[in-house]
Amino acid sequence: MADYEIPDDLSFTLEDEWVRREGNNMVVGITDFAQQQLGDIVFVELPPVGSVVSRGDPFGVIESVKAVSDLYAPVSGEVVDVNTDLADHPEAVNEDCYGDGWMIAIAISSEDELESLMDVPAYRQHVDDRSE
Amino acid sequence: MLEAIGVGSVEALFANVAQKHRLQRPLAIPAAASEQELVAEFSALAARNVHHASHDWFLGAGCYAHFIPSAVDAIASRSEFYTAYTPYQAEISQGTLQAIFEWQTMICGLTGLEVSNASMYDGASAAAEAALMAMRITRRTKVVVANSVHPHYREVIRTYLRGLEAQIVAAPRAADGRTAALAGLVDGGTACVLLQQPNFWGAIEDVAAAAAAAHAHGAKLVVVVGEALSLALLRSPGSLGADIVCGEGQSFGVPMSLGGPNLGFMAARMASVRNLPGRLVGQTVDGEGRRGFVLTLSTREQHIRRERATSNICTNQGLCLLMATVYLSLLGRVGLRRLAERNLAKAEYAKARVRATRELTLPLTAPTFNEFVVGVRGSAAAALERALEVGIVGGLDLASYAPELGPALLVCTTELATRQAIDRLVAALAGERP
Repeated sequence: MADYEIPDDLSFTLEDEWVRREGNNMVVGITDFAQQQLGDIVFVELPPVGSVVSRGDPFGVIESVKAVSDLYAPVSGEVVDVNTDLADHPEAVNEDCYGDGWMIAIAISSEDELESLMDVPAYRQHVDDRSE
Repeated sequence: MLEAIGVGSVEALFANVAQKHRLQRPLAIPAAASEQELVAEFSALAARNVHHASHDWFLGAGCYAHFIPSAVDAIASRSEFYTAYTPYQAEISQGTLQAIFEWQTMICGLTGLEVSNASMYDGASAAAEAALMAMRITRRTKVVVANSVHPHYREVIRTYLRGLEAQIVAAPRAADGRTAALAGLVDGGTACVLLQQPNFWGAIEDVAAAAAAAHAHGAKLVVVVGEALSLALLRSPGSLGADIVCGEGQSFGVPMSLGGPNLGFMAARMASVRNLPGRLVGQTVDGEGRRGFVLTLSTREQHIRRERATSNICTNQGLCLLMATVYLSLLGRVGLRRLAERNLAKAEYAKARVRATRELTLPLTAPTFNEFVVGVRGSAAAALERALEVGIVGGLDLASYAPELGPALLVCTTELATRQAIDRLVAALAGERP
């Protein structure tokens, strides 16, 4: 079985996004499992700063040499920061998905939504279920 | 057949229809004709058609009569190019893919832009797609469309934008035929300015000024071209600041065919390639390093992105594209430019004759390419009727398009217009009867 990195300090979604709390903002990216499944990332389309996203709705698109997938907002709120470096260096998602490969930061509109996210054991189970 | 459906006679088949509702005599139509008689009758009917081979032709307005070398048909109808449908399988479609790649390359050269798609349906739908593309890039909803864009194109743009949160703002024409200054129409909510070059009235627009007006507010400039041959002579819209250039490619070796099928083209800058609609062919190398061609960036397209694709167009105009690619290859860069110069010279000769004729005027003063407006006395319809009497299709009556110009015609002179025919046209429009 392949080895997937799942950092302790993050929360996760069913769609393989991770969320890191930084003050009132939630930084969002995709997990190591997701980037390994997608393969070489060639393009990431992200929303402009100031746009408003709703939990579960597509906020962007990620394209690899194998597939194109929507990116789903893990929480609702306003996009306050966008990783514009990904436009020229989408491979950062492969190389450092929890660091330089971050995508957007959302100013969360309702703290309650955080409860719907998965913790590390739950997400590890979710990954294991799909990587037999 | 009656036996097969289990009915004894025709009478029995219609038994459920009351007698009073039935026709009680044979149909009053002529007896069946032989094949020989049919061919003769249809040939006689066809001979009554008026077309550019039977008449001297000065009608353009979006569909242009150009000479098409026989080699275009001969090459385009080679069986290697048959069934030029979706070339998804690069292994068996290299010829078709290479032809499309060459087309894209030539369109980039002609428009002065960096990337071209594999063609669109026609100029009108290409213009509408360009407006949608600008809306996607800018995430804005206002589209400024010059009134001097072909009226049919404007209708198609309206149709495409209906149902979206789009607002269309009309930019008026100035007295000289060009689009009036755009300042005041463009603001921070404008996705694009859409201009035709040369415009519907034949006038050559100031593309650089329009680009500056659009870019000042972060909007895109879309230039739509109705007469593609003009691209061989005028400074390319891309070099003047246009962000998207699209239009009608029928002039490049595609017959008028009663108005279709036509051939749309579309080019843009690489920075916005992911918002470009339609197919795109790219050049690559195979496992052994040999040059090859494949469909590329397909993730923009409907068969992968479904409802979130850049467009619902998931095809291209394969056969017409092939004809145009062959045509452009045969003429070459120099040949195409000379042909465009000849079109311009014919128009300038015709305009000089009009100027020298007391009964006729040139109401618009802006420079033109191969098409221009002629003012006549009395009615334009009567002037066209006089021309038709002497075997000339004299142009388009502008009564319903620009009544403010008074009785006027849109006249087009391609390389097919002889000097003698131009002289006869001018005489007929002026009111001389043969």
